[in-house]
Amino acid sequence: MTFLGMPGASTSGQVRADRPFPTAARDALADPQLRANLRNATTTIRDKRARVVAEVPDWVELRAAGAAMKDDVLAHLDDYLGQLERQVTARGATVHWARDGDEANRIVTDLVRATGAREVVKVKSMATQEIALNEALAAAGIQAVETDLAELIVQLGHDRPSHILVPAIHRNRTEIRDIFQREMPGVDPELSDDPKMLAEAARRYLRRKFLSAQVAISGANFAVAETGTLAVVESEGNGRMCLTLPRTLITVMGIEKLVATWRDLEVYLQLLPRSSTGERMNPYTSMWTGATEGQDSHLVLLDNGRTATLADPQGRAALRCIRCSACLNVCPVYERAGGHAYGSTYPGPIGAVLSPQLTGVDAGFNATLPFASSLCGACYDVCPVAIDIPSMLVHLRARAPKHAAERVAMRTAAWTMRSPRRWQRALRALRLARPLHRFRRLPPPLSRWTKSRALPTPPRQTLRDWFADDGA
Amino acid sequence: MIVALFATCLVDGLFPDVGIATTRLLRRLGHQVEFPQQQTCCGQMHVNSGYPDEAVPLVRHHVDTFERYDAVVVPSGSCTAAIRHQHATLAERAGDPALAARARAVAARTFELSEFLVDVLAVTDVGAYFPHRVTFHPTCHALRLLRVDDRPYRLLRAVDGLDLVELPAAEQCCGFGGTFAIKNAEVSSAMLADKLANVAASGAALCAAGDASCLMHIGGGLVTSGAPTRTLHLAEILASTR
Repeated sequence: MTFLGMPGASTSGQVRADRPFPTAARDALADPQLRANLRNATTTIRDKRARVVAEVPDWVELRAAGAAMKDDVLAHLDDYLGQLERQVTARGATVHWARDGDEANRIVTDLVRATGAREVVKVKSMATQEIALNEALAAAGIQAVETDLAELIVQLGHDRPSHILVPAIHRNRTEIRDIFQREMPGVDPELSDDPKMLAEAARRYLRRKFLSAQVAISGANFAVAETGTLAVVESEGNGRMCLTLPRTLITVMGIEKLVATWRDLEVYLQLLPRSSTGERMNPYTSMWTGATEGQDSHLVLLDNGRTATLADPQGRAALRCIRCSACLNVCPVYERAGGHAYGSTYPGPIGAVLSPQLTGVDAGFNATLPFASSLCGACYDVCPVAIDIPSMLVHLRARAPKHAAERVAMRTAAWTMRSPRRWQRALRALRLARPLHRFRRLPPPLSRWTKSRALPTPPRQTLRDWFADDGA
Repeated sequence: MIVALFATCLVDGLFPDVGIATTRLLRRLGHQVEFPQQQTCCGQMHVNSGYPDEAVPLVRHHVDTFERYDAVVVPSGSCTAAIRHQHATLAERAGDPALAARARAVAARTFELSEFLVDVLAVTDVGAYFPHRVTFHPTCHALRLLRVDDRPYRLLRAVDGLDLVELPAAEQCCGFGGTFAIKNAEVSSAMLADKLANVAASGAALCAAGDASCLMHIGGGLVTSGAPTRTLHLAEILASTR
């Protein structure tokens, strides 16, 4: 069995935290409005998901199938990628290979330049967020217009997405109205914050873009190796417009998005909408194979750290992810810290295991991400492809660099606990700490506990002493 | 049945009343309880903090200590989960399949308290009397790693005089998470604040749970926030009699 994607691949783009997670989390923690927005949004979608998942009698089997089929794809990724390339090429489209984000951005920029277009419309795509394609295009004088409503809000607000499915989850409707008034050309200056009116304003703005665009850029939720078919799953119909109207279509897709056969889609098209939006079925599923007549179609296959992730037997299951974001919505840490705290295109529990693997755990502050979890396990329970995120977090914690003082403390604790005699002495010494209890707050680093939590008073007698004295 | 009590390092050193209550309860039900004085810690703190190599000697020590018993009872969902889901894997990772096999055998005979009572002893009414209004926090590892399901609730509902009230958003983590509570103290405290608000909303005089670690966190938060509610381990309620 080989786990081979693309040899010699590296990583670039927006998957690297530039602040430690505990520091970055303070922004959201200090913002009561943001925390209320996040709590309301995640609670609503969490409940919707639970309802529509509960009504599927064979959910357990679907989930197991979803995991097994992805594992098969990952175990034979080189074969399936070759098959996909042959099928896509045979049907009139062009396949490009990109080792990292920079290479993918160069390929896309050159393709757009060749058309002479100065503006492109975009379907919401995680892969192009990951590689910062919009910024690369802008540097080449090409403007990318996001056409997903939430993505458009983020783009117009000069902001970053904070959720995989709902990138503007951190914004409320008043903020959105203000952004539209400030940034959307030709918008009604009297625009209200009624969601219907906001959607209408975006629709008018985007309609002009769809009708004039010569080039569209998309991601793909799935690619079928057997037929060369690409699929985009969406709610708004903007994706369908982008995929069908412009003459040139460029799709950027991570190499792990493959499924083997057309039939396999049956499983994922049930798992994804129910886990993601809490819908039985999403409104728009677009599929295309190669290039339609008169269309110029390109597929850019992106590695950007995926081959390196594939090489780790305990970490590779993260590549099963179908980007549903169910793990974000149930995560108590995400709910309080918000998506920006993760410093990556991929926030939440899946981001905490994916970002450090894509970049290598030493990159930026990505080593702090696996620690951004209480290991409560809620993410694993809801994952539609059964990624054991808690175990993977623990595995990545072992690979993260440690502070010298912490290492000494942990080694000393282990050395003490290895010997019942040393352990007994340590426990008895705890009694000496009894007077400390009079102090409500202790100096750092213990203040990190005592700021919000009183310390327990060490007992006069340990349990082992009770047993030794009168308990036996 | 001779039952070995694995008290956990936290109960041994800081919350001996939980271990005493577990012992009295099991003795009242007619079983011999032994406390192997060799016991120390399951090693979960080391594993979950990113020090799996340091945990391997602790796994070996735990297996050496508890191998000779027919049943091991643990008043902690989290430590039971570590024994059941981490020990054998750690031994394998360290290249010691023999230890892994022994760890698996010990794990198969190790039970969290509510599992032991309901599944092994087949008892839900343990003859306890506790005339107080109580709410129950189902700790994450008991809930999601052990799937103890409604076992603690069945035990509590059978307690004479006890008024069990619902905890809103009960299945949300309290924010403890071991070293997470220190490393991400502010996120942890925000999670705790919501848990405390839900404990207050329950109207209970006492918040119970099956893990002393989560109770240390919730209880510490209740004291610091000036709330009147106090915490108690499930074992302490089940050990109470008239």
